[in-house]
Amino acid sequence: MGGLRCAEALRRFGYTGAITVIGEESWKPYNRPPLSKEVLAKEVSHQAVAFEERSATADVNWILGTKAVSLDVEHNTVTDSDGQTHRYSALVVATGLRPKRIVVENSELANRFALRTLDDAMALREQLQPGRNVVIVGGGFIGCEVAATATKLGANVTVIHNASHPMLRQLGDELASQMQLRHEAEGVRFLLKRSVDDLIGETSITGVKVDDGEILDCDVLVEAVGSLPNVEWLSNNNIDRNDGVLVDSAMRVTRKDGSPIKNVFAIGDIARFANPLFDGVPRRVEHWNMPTETAKRAASVIAAMLTEAPSYPGILDDDFKPLPSFWSDQYENHLLAFGLTSLADRAELAQGDIGGDCVFEYYRENQLVGVCGIGMRAAVQSYRSKFI
Amino acid sequence: MIKIEVDMTKCQHYGQCVFEAPNIFRLNNDDKLEYTAVADDSERANVEAAVDVCPMQAIRIVE
Repeated sequence: MGGLRCAEALRRFGYTGAITVIGEESWKPYNRPPLSKEVLAKEVSHQAVAFEERSATADVNWILGTKAVSLDVEHNTVTDSDGQTHRYSALVVATGLRPKRIVVENSELANRFALRTLDDAMALREQLQPGRNVVIVGGGFIGCEVAATATKLGANVTVIHNASHPMLRQLGDELASQMQLRHEAEGVRFLLKRSVDDLIGETSITGVKVDDGEILDCDVLVEAVGSLPNVEWLSNNNIDRNDGVLVDSAMRVTRKDGSPIKNVFAIGDIARFANPLFDGVPRRVEHWNMPTETAKRAASVIAAMLTEAPSYPGILDDDFKPLPSFWSDQYENHLLAFGLTSLADRAELAQGDIGGDCVFEYYRENQLVGVCGIGMRAAVQSYRSKFI
Repeated sequence: MIKIEVDMTKCQHYGQCVFEAPNIFRLNNDDKLEYTAVADDSERANVEAAVDVCPMQAIRIVE
């Protein structure tokens, strides 16, 4: 998605030269969020989630089913998994994340799933049948969305989560415990402050051993325990790869000594940057709108640089402070949030009723750092002007 | 002029488009999306941004 959005934005900003996109997946870019929500509940297909192709990017050279395996910033080349070497004037690193997996002894058993790609969603969809025992490890947003979808499809769902409530880090105590109640009312069972000790089965999983000794019947195991940045291929270039890739406010990749590489950029889930809306601490933000926002920022700089526009290099100093946004659908609960709620040290009910639709404000000391609502979208939307 | 279409079978009323193109999109009192289907060319950049940020990819510009 970041690659596509960057290509589109490069054209919009006046770059007319060649653009090549190298992607590990064989599918053209598609919209990931529905994969754990309504698309998983219905029929999963590329058509259901594909981004519409635009005429401005019809001449982009797509190299799909092939991944970038190494980078040489001295010689401006990328080598792919087919052994081809590509020269670049400007490089955009948009290799995203892969799911973390749980580490257990019986790890070779079948019917373990993660959910990141379209192929993951297709494989999981087949397994979510009425009466199946589905165990989800990880009670973050992906885990909870899969729990809701699997429950709606008639499965028996247990969520094993390492914190005291699901989605605690983003929602805070009060809203997280409220969402837990709503899941439990639908039949989901939570095992909180728990982890997986081992998996049980001959060839396929039949059970999960929890760290308190309980054995759960299990036909389908879903691992939703976070993700890892795909940055290994950038090694040997002296790039700061400590949790994603460190970039400056122009999305330029930064060396370990803090200096930027002028023609190498990183965008999307792997870009770690400081957002002046909050503070000066560089962070990766895995929210929905970040690939689009960072792609546009990088493209504006690249287009100015490559077309030798008068706006370069002044454009490097332009403000970049995108407001993160995410949403989630779980049963009839529609959550919409802005900001970085996970930075907060307290949350306050601002509008509505905790048992129904409501809006919470999230504060770090006295700074408003986020807002999240169940329903009440117009009210949540009205907060955007408080950030920007 | 540009013509805008929103697939209301896809739209989940997240309202992300409202901030990109406030002259075109709005959430009504029931939190449902309403929009203006025909707009001046000067709105094109805003509407394109709205197309990009729509979580459901429900918005199209019909030339």
